[in-house]
Amino acid sequence: MSKVRIWDGREAWLVTRYDDVRFVLRDQRFSVNPHHPGWPPMSAGQGATRRDLKPNIFALDNPVHNELRRMQSADFRIAQIEGWRPRVQQLVDEAIDAMLEMPKPVDLWEAFALKIPSIVICELLGVAYEDSEFFQHHSDRLVKTGSTSEEIGESMDALRGFLRDLVEKKVVTPTEDILSRMATQQVKEGLLTASEVADLCVMLLIAGHDTTSNTICLATILLLQHPDQLEKFRNGDDEVVAKGVEEILRFLDVPHLGRRRVALEDVEVGGQLIRAGEGVIAAQMIADRDETAFEDPDKFDIDRDARHHLGFGFGTHQCLGQPLVRVEVQIALATLFRRIPTLQLAVPMEEIRFDYDALVYGVHELPMTW
Amino acid sequence: MKIKVDQHNCIGAGNCAQLAPKVFSQREEDGVVILLDETPGDSEAEDVAKAVKICPAQAISVSEG
Ligand code: SF4
Repeated sequence: MSKVRIWDGREAWLVTRYDDVRFVLRDQRFSVNPHHPGWPPMSAGQGATRRDLKPNIFALDNPVHNELRRMQSADFRIAQIEGWRPRVQQLVDEAIDAMLEMPKPVDLWEAFALKIPSIVICELLGVAYEDSEFFQHHSDRLVKTGSTSEEIGESMDALRGFLRDLVEKKVVTPTEDILSRMATQQVKEGLLTASEVADLCVMLLIAGHDTTSNTICLATILLLQHPDQLEKFRNGDDEVVAKGVEEILRFLDVPHLGRRRVALEDVEVGGQLIRAGEGVIAAQMIADRDETAFEDPDKFDIDRDARHHLGFGFGTHQCLGQPLVRVEVQIALATLFRRIPTLQLAVPMEEIRFDYDALVYGVHELPMTW
Repeated sequence: MKIKVDQHNCIGAGNCAQLAPKVFSQREEDGVVILLDETPGDSEAEDVAKAVKICPAQAISVSEG
């Protein structure tokens, strides 16, 4: 553990050991409150977004956090999400059919990796097909690194307004989806306003897109770089694929700037005293390469049991959408490599531009051929 | 082996229900853990131990007997 200087010149503790990261992320004396002067944002934009949205489950501590989270967690139960497998499989197959018709090289990011989570979240939320183009346009702008801050603000407002109107409609005529359920259970009962539901649901969008699609893109490169692992993965049954995806999640850890907290009291972590008010970066991506938790941690090995990785975080803020991410990444990768066995990069590795400074590690585009 | 769950702290991540579906399930209205079998047999021991380890809320505990 050491003190580091962050982008705005302030200092924060960088916690890297597996046990210490779990301790910090689990302990309620470490807060996620972005209004606290000691909280260390990853960028100016991240700080502003987190402060701006209300209610914001990323920015609230318990007990409020758990209360809000439980309004959405029914839809992300294992049984619920597993029921989506056939639909996700169909979407993946359709995206691959379309890709096979396109002139090569094809940008895998745009044609495949971003498409799957975008369509799935639209359907889960209950956004009609006629509206999906509008929805897609603005959510793409939110996750693309090339967007200006005005564009991001504009798209954010457009989406919030759009979702709010949709929630109001669903109060009157509910269907079978997340927005309708929240309209009936929260808005009708007077627990949340339609705008508050819209804010919560915008966050499902932001959190779900970039992370899933970058994981799919980076995992494609990773598997191509390890032909023996790829062979096992391609020929493996569902269990092999599921296990392989856990190793991929551990190895890639796309939210690569750590989880941000601020100490509310003096707390000792791994023998080091962290004082009240000091910022903490719980670096789960480094902890996932800790040899006390994973043998030979820098080796990519799809046979290992990596289920205890911290790729989805730990503690009360652990990713709400993780069952969905698992289903999407498993089906996307397994189907992609089985249906296009000669899949390969269309440019040399050195020409791929990685997003080192984005909040989520990934690629700008991924030209592929077969 | 005797299992206890803490529904108050549970965040409904469902990791336990996925790992040991004979022992844990999730409440339909909010995904909070439901304990199906308080004293499962030894055949479940490994999955239960893993569930204890990965539960993000550390809401599962196991005692002897
Ligand atoms: S793993 Fe833990 S937090 Fe998740 S449902 Fe089970 S008991 Fe609850």
